[in-house]
Amino acid sequence: MTAPFPTRKQEEWRYADLDALRPVWQQFAEPLTLTVGPGESFEKIWLPGDEDVLVRRVQIALEAGAKARIYVLNAASEYGRTELEVSLAEGADFELFGANIGTGLSTNEIVTNVRHVGVGGRSRQTVRSVLNGKATGSYLGKVEVARGAQQTDAEQSVKAMLLDRGATANCKPELEIFADDVKCAHGASVGELDAMQLFYAESRGLDPASARALLLEGFVMGLWDSAKDADAIGEAAREALRRVVG
Amino acid sequence: MLEITNLHATVADKPILNGVSLNVPAGEVHAIMGPNGSGKSTLAYVLAGRPGYAVSEGGATFDGRDLLAMEPHERAAAGLFLGFQYPVEIPGVSMLQFVREALNTQRRARGEAELSGAEFIKLAREQAKLLGMNAEMLKRPVNVGFSGGEKKRAEMVQMGIMQPKFAVLDETDSGLDIDALKSVGAGINRIMRGPDKGVLLITHYQRLLDYVEPDKVHVLNAGRIVRSGGPELAKELEREGYVEAAA
Repeated sequence: MTAPFPTRKQEEWRYADLDALRPVWQQFAEPLTLTVGPGESFEKIWLPGDEDVLVRRVQIALEAGAKARIYVLNAASEYGRTELEVSLAEGADFELFGANIGTGLSTNEIVTNVRHVGVGGRSRQTVRSVLNGKATGSYLGKVEVARGAQQTDAEQSVKAMLLDRGATANCKPELEIFADDVKCAHGASVGELDAMQLFYAESRGLDPASARALLLEGFVMGLWDSAKDADAIGEAAREALRRVVG
Repeated sequence: MLEITNLHATVADKPILNGVSLNVPAGEVHAIMGPNGSGKSTLAYVLAGRPGYAVSEGGATFDGRDLLAMEPHERAAAGLFLGFQYPVEIPGVSMLQFVREALNTQRRARGEAELSGAEFIKLAREQAKLLGMNAEMLKRPVNVGFSGGEKKRAEMVQMGIMQPKFAVLDETDSGLDIDALKSVGAGINRIMRGPDKGVLLITHYQRLLDYVEPDKVHVLNAGRIVRSGGPELAKELEREGYVEAAA
């Protein structure tokens, strides 16, 4: 039996493009599940594909001391969604570095639910969006800290750059904490390119279009700094940015 | 080389420059000194074309071309370099990538061949070494996490790589300790002293002028040049202050 088709009343589907989702729902109704065993490490890079609609729904269980690091670039031309449900047992470590790069009428979103279940877990989520036209980019990130999960250290950093008036960024960090000795930080900002950075780059010889492209590249490319092999995702990000900057 | 005539400029509709005239011929270094708020940085920004700095009267030519009609990147390609008083941080972009793209864009605009990655890295390392900057810093994001002195050194490294014809250096000496001041001063002489080059050195203090001896010194006050003289004028200013010297 497949799960019922989502509605916008569900918080985690609130900004989704349900019309784009409907024809492909069957394939994605059940999330993929994977388990990272005690003390093991898992690293994954998710690239955008050629599809107009690309949905990823993954559940990851991190057992004691397990580590997972996910790099993802959402840049679908119509609808891209990366949905992660992660549970962290004692001392587990989860890092997400994600980008939404969107143009036209596209919707790209990163939706996470990170559950700290064991003591001393650590999670880091860093999401950057670059949007033009009438594109929408969202980050909905819920961090839950269970009653016994003391010394949890969770952080969410979300920034978006809107290049046109019609573009939309949604940033929604959400915390649900049932332990009293935890650190949960979150920061969000939505901005335009910094005028002084642009002038500095132009005064060194970059024409305005190249200066904008370089600044945006910097905004996104920092995400892949820690990846073992960032070539493919870096190149895909540059390609997506070229479409957005024009 | 750089000829400024009766230049008036406003920032947010407030007049800051009120008729600056100045001629820096090729081969010369001119210093502009003046108290806070006299318009020194505004002059630097107007020459480099910062948006929001509006010229209301007068003009400036560079090698006979109308400087103010050019976009900032065109001025750079023509050979003008502005050394920033507060160099700007650009996260996520390494200094190597930034300067290489800037230099190659300039070279394309001038119809010159671009430098390859290897050629560029060699040049950048040489210049970093000459300025006493650790070459590893070239891999770091532009000015991010640099100390005040490191930022000013990094500006001079960029200048050394770009080899401009004319440099406007806006308080390049502020934030430098004595050792850094010496190496920055030596860098300015090495990079910018030449029969076909020129420098406009903006500074509060005489101390940089111990290392880079100017051919002329001008005092800017309330948006006008109120006195001009030889290098001895800088010493007089240091002794007597701007109020006395400008009177």
